[in-house]
Amino acid sequence: MLDVVWLIPALPLAGFLCILLFGRKLGDPKAGYFATAMVAGSFVVTLGVFFDLLSKTAEERHHVKTLFQWVPLGSAHIDLAFLADPLSITMCLFVTGIGSLIHLYAIGYMHGDPRFSKFFLYLNLFAFSMLMLVLGSNMLVTFLGWEGVGTCSYFLISFWHEKDSAATAGKKAFVTNRVGDWGFMMAMFFAFWAVGSLDYSAINGAAASLSVTTATAIALFAFIGACGKSAQLPLYLWLPDAMEGPTPVSALIHAATMVTAGVYLMCRISPILNVASSYAPTIIAIVGAATALYAACVAVAQNDIKKVLAYSTVSQLGYMFLAVGSGAYTAAIFHMVTHAFFKALLFLGAGSVIHGMHHEQDMRRMGALRKLMPITAATFIIGWLAIAGVPPFAGFWSKDDILLAAYDKNIVLWVVGLVTALLTAFYMTRQVIMVFYGEARWHDAHEEHGAAGDLGVSAHGDLEPHESPWMMVTPLVVLAGLSIVGGGLNLPFKESTERLALWLEPVVGVHTSTTAKLPLALVAIAVGLVGIAGAYAVYYFKKVKPVEPKILADAWGYDRAVSAFMGGPGRKAFDGVAWADAHLIDGAVNGSGELVRGAAGQVRKLQTGNVRNYAAAIGASVVLLLVWFVVIRGLL
Amino acid sequence: MIEFPILTMLVLVPVIGSVLVALISKRYPDLVKVTALVTSVLTAGMSIWLLAAFKTNNADFQFASQHEWIKAWGISWHLGVDGISIFLVVLTGVLFPLVIVGIDPHHDHKRYLSWMLLLEAGVMGSFISLDLFLFFVFFEIVLVPMYFLIGGWGYDNRVYAATKFFLFTMIGSAFMLVGIIATAVLAKADNGHVTFDLIKIAENASFAASTGRWLFFAFAIAFAVKVPLFPLHTWLPDAHTQAPTGGSVILAGVLLKMGTYGLLRFGVFLFPEAAVWARPLFLTLAVAGIIWGAIAATMQTDLKRLVAYSSVAHLGFIVLGTFALTATAITGGVMQMVNHGISTGALFILVGMIYDRRHTREISKLRGLQKVAPIFAAVFTVVMLSSIGVPGLNGFVGEFMVLIGSFGTARWWVVVATTGVILAALYLLWAYQRVFHGEPDEDNKSFAELKWKEGMLLLPFIGLIVFCGLYPKPMIDRIQPSVDKLLQHVSQHSDFKVPAPAEPVISNGGEG
Repeated sequence: MLDVVWLIPALPLAGFLCILLFGRKLGDPKAGYFATAMVAGSFVVTLGVFFDLLSKTAEERHHVKTLFQWVPLGSAHIDLAFLADPLSITMCLFVTGIGSLIHLYAIGYMHGDPRFSKFFLYLNLFAFSMLMLVLGSNMLVTFLGWEGVGTCSYFLISFWHEKDSAATAGKKAFVTNRVGDWGFMMAMFFAFWAVGSLDYSAINGAAASLSVTTATAIALFAFIGACGKSAQLPLYLWLPDAMEGPTPVSALIHAATMVTAGVYLMCRISPILNVASSYAPTIIAIVGAATALYAACVAVAQNDIKKVLAYSTVSQLGYMFLAVGSGAYTAAIFHMVTHAFFKALLFLGAGSVIHGMHHEQDMRRMGALRKLMPITAATFIIGWLAIAGVPPFAGFWSKDDILLAAYDKNIVLWVVGLVTALLTAFYMTRQVIMVFYGEARWHDAHEEHGAAGDLGVSAHGDLEPHESPWMMVTPLVVLAGLSIVGGGLNLPFKESTERLALWLEPVVGVHTSTTAKLPLALVAIAVGLVGIAGAYAVYYFKKVKPVEPKILADAWGYDRAVSAFMGGPGRKAFDGVAWADAHLIDGAVNGSGELVRGAAGQVRKLQTGNVRNYAAAIGASVVLLLVWFVVIRGLL
Repeated sequence: MIEFPILTMLVLVPVIGSVLVALISKRYPDLVKVTALVTSVLTAGMSIWLLAAFKTNNADFQFASQHEWIKAWGISWHLGVDGISIFLVVLTGVLFPLVIVGIDPHHDHKRYLSWMLLLEAGVMGSFISLDLFLFFVFFEIVLVPMYFLIGGWGYDNRVYAATKFFLFTMIGSAFMLVGIIATAVLAKADNGHVTFDLIKIAENASFAASTGRWLFFAFAIAFAVKVPLFPLHTWLPDAHTQAPTGGSVILAGVLLKMGTYGLLRFGVFLFPEAAVWARPLFLTLAVAGIIWGAIAATMQTDLKRLVAYSSVAHLGFIVLGTFALTATAITGGVMQMVNHGISTGALFILVGMIYDRRHTREISKLRGLQKVAPIFAAVFTVVMLSSIGVPGLNGFVGEFMVLIGSFGTARWWVVVATTGVILAALYLLWAYQRVFHGEPDEDNKSFAELKWKEGMLLLPFIGLIVFCGLYPKPMIDRIQPSVDKLLQHVSQHSDFKVPAPAEPVISNGGEG
């Protein structure tokens, strides 16, 4: 079974090719079902590989399947090869599992879109790239997937490319990611010259013999790459804008799978990180904690239902890097998995709301939707409890693991993590109340809008939110179930219940802690409940006036500052280069041309055709030569 | 039995075609076209046959043929291909018929085709000459047809551009001519007689260091102009923008490669000591070109100028790889020569199609084309991604090999050069957004979708873009031995030691 690991990415690739050729014929909704089937098939294959791995001893859970030599580099060569081990298969399981649910959901969500089949074309290509990313047995295959998901993300964010904001957001995502890719490439170059190979097994195997400087360089450059892909400070900018894409895209790419690639990469090269200079993991932990807090603050003041979730994603990814920096790789992966469950659920729930509200995204125009969209509301509430850290939902367990590791690393990091947890509980409660509770605000909002021509609005202009069709609701229910029980993957009670840690141990090692877990867990629960209670007081009982400062709504003004810099001095500098090219460099060229022409013009005037002038010139020259020889050279 | 003189025929057939086309009366336009087509396809066929018969893992010059030409001066008709030139020969062979069939010059077909075929002969000859004098003849022949193609079939400012192109390259060549004669004369001491034979001079001559450096620079200036290397690049945007589409495709596709190829064959190979000595200068100019070209491209308002500046950046990578002097970097540079020819050639074709439809290349006048012509946009996207260097497509392979190979010998240059990868995404995606995204306005609403004939022209390009990106191994296997040999030559004739990356530790898990 292990040898068919190549089928995992091959099926979505086949789906992509088929839709490329026959997509228009298949049409809406057949193209969607076909694409879903391909990813689901991939999930089945992954399950097979998973059980095969499970049946082996821990040491044997490492299988490389080489397809062909891709780029020969002298004596070393880079193969197109896949690595099946506990880490990659864990990633594949949730990528294909959640991927097929979201594909299914998208059939309902994208129904009626004129570019329906094209959407699934990109979605399959994305699934393929993502699977290449996680299955690659060397850094270059991962990079192939890495850039592939970036490209698909670009296509999908600007899917509705007639909208200028969508087109701009897509471009911004790609270019910002490329800044990170620079770091990824640097990491590859360092690794290649130090190790002579880009294979993970060779790099990680050589970790112990690497110099500390080299290991630090590889780790930190890879982290720059991770910051781009996983939307960490200072490169997170593209992710909130990425919400311009259709909601299934936000759920799949910008919450559950692609944005976790950076965390995956760091875990994949964790042996390097372990031998790097100690400031390297500290930097990672600080960036992670800072991003978590930063984005959580911003999420408190957002009114767009998807923007809240976008900043929440940035914040949760920060948690994962906090875990990586604290050396708790299992906790990072654990949170990645549970986050994939509940954040995909929340995004799909938000999509269902947006669908039901006929493309309204402003939470101030929602309210009381739980009666009209009961399943969406119920599942969304489960997602909320999971992310808010309420036991026994999934998020509680994984977040608790991270906080424990942060506590071991440095108490300040732990406090930042706790404050973030409080804010998370607060803004998610705020969102749930604004969307599903309180009074219905969509009627007046609609009149105020006067959007009579809007699709799905009846002739009288009444907007009636409705529950979504089955293919959209089913994924919600499944994901809600996973959000409830997901914590069971890694329960901290005794060693044998820490299944994920045991499973991943051959790849990322173990993180041992002697800190008493229970008191920390109780503090975390208390903090979460305070956050929830606070939000209830403000938004449900309206006892306290909401504090939503403009600076937070503006995301601390960072995005604006960067845009202002790019549009101002940055653009001027670029213009300066173009000007210098046209006027200085080319000016010098044309200038010397003019000079030659001018000089030639002057010289031409000497050619008068007048014999007396020539005779005079000859005479004068003879005299001058005589003077030269006689007076200066001293002849005679 | 005498062996079929394939290399000689590669040069002769286009010349014959050119003469025939010139001689056939204007009254038979179809006959003119058929003649041009047949001779160029014949050349393409021969070049592909050459590739098929080319021995992999053989570093020597293959299919060599040598005939005395001017005996007194030791000048001979000496041709041969090795791994460094084979793919340039094939690219030349394949690109010309595509341009001749697929791109309409709109007027004076007869003269246009005649010049085109002469151009092909010149380019072919440059890539296979192993005699300095012969090389110079071909290198210079190329100028004439290109000058007339730009001046005769170009756009509004064509005369300025053609003159600039001609003078710029001519001045560079003047240095090279002096260099060639001086090299042959000075090498007499080591050869025993005057010879212009490249291999003999390279292997026997031992110039004093300062002499070698002067000679190297005489050659290098001509090639630096041709590449073009920053800051000698300003003829390129003008030439590209004003040239007819076919001219631009050939210019970007193969003509510029005469510069980078020349740097390898007549720079590094002929004067290893000087090339090693001049490394810092060339690495710096190459990286400056990568960044400068990319930034200048970002700010262009004319789509074709933008692509022209992107060439300055892309060619910078090739020069970086050349002077990094590691096997991977130089092999990557040769790959990049071919891949740039494919993807930038395709970009020029696409921009030409936009011009044919809209009669403008101003980015600000184009908008929303993806909505009205999605297939056209999709093809453009693939070519654009290849040019950006997305892995899985051809543009990535060469660029990656150059960068990773150069990292061992030119680390800081690589650190800066790699930022060019960010800029490439910026200028192309920004242009794409302005041209293809958004709602099309009145002028762009009737933009026609890709036609069958156009699709057929672009299909080989797309096929090569994907194939060379996914399976570059056959190319690398043929290029690398010759590069290894070249580097061996360099380390024998200079104090440069080619570094190698660490030996990989044998992994314990899996079968690797």
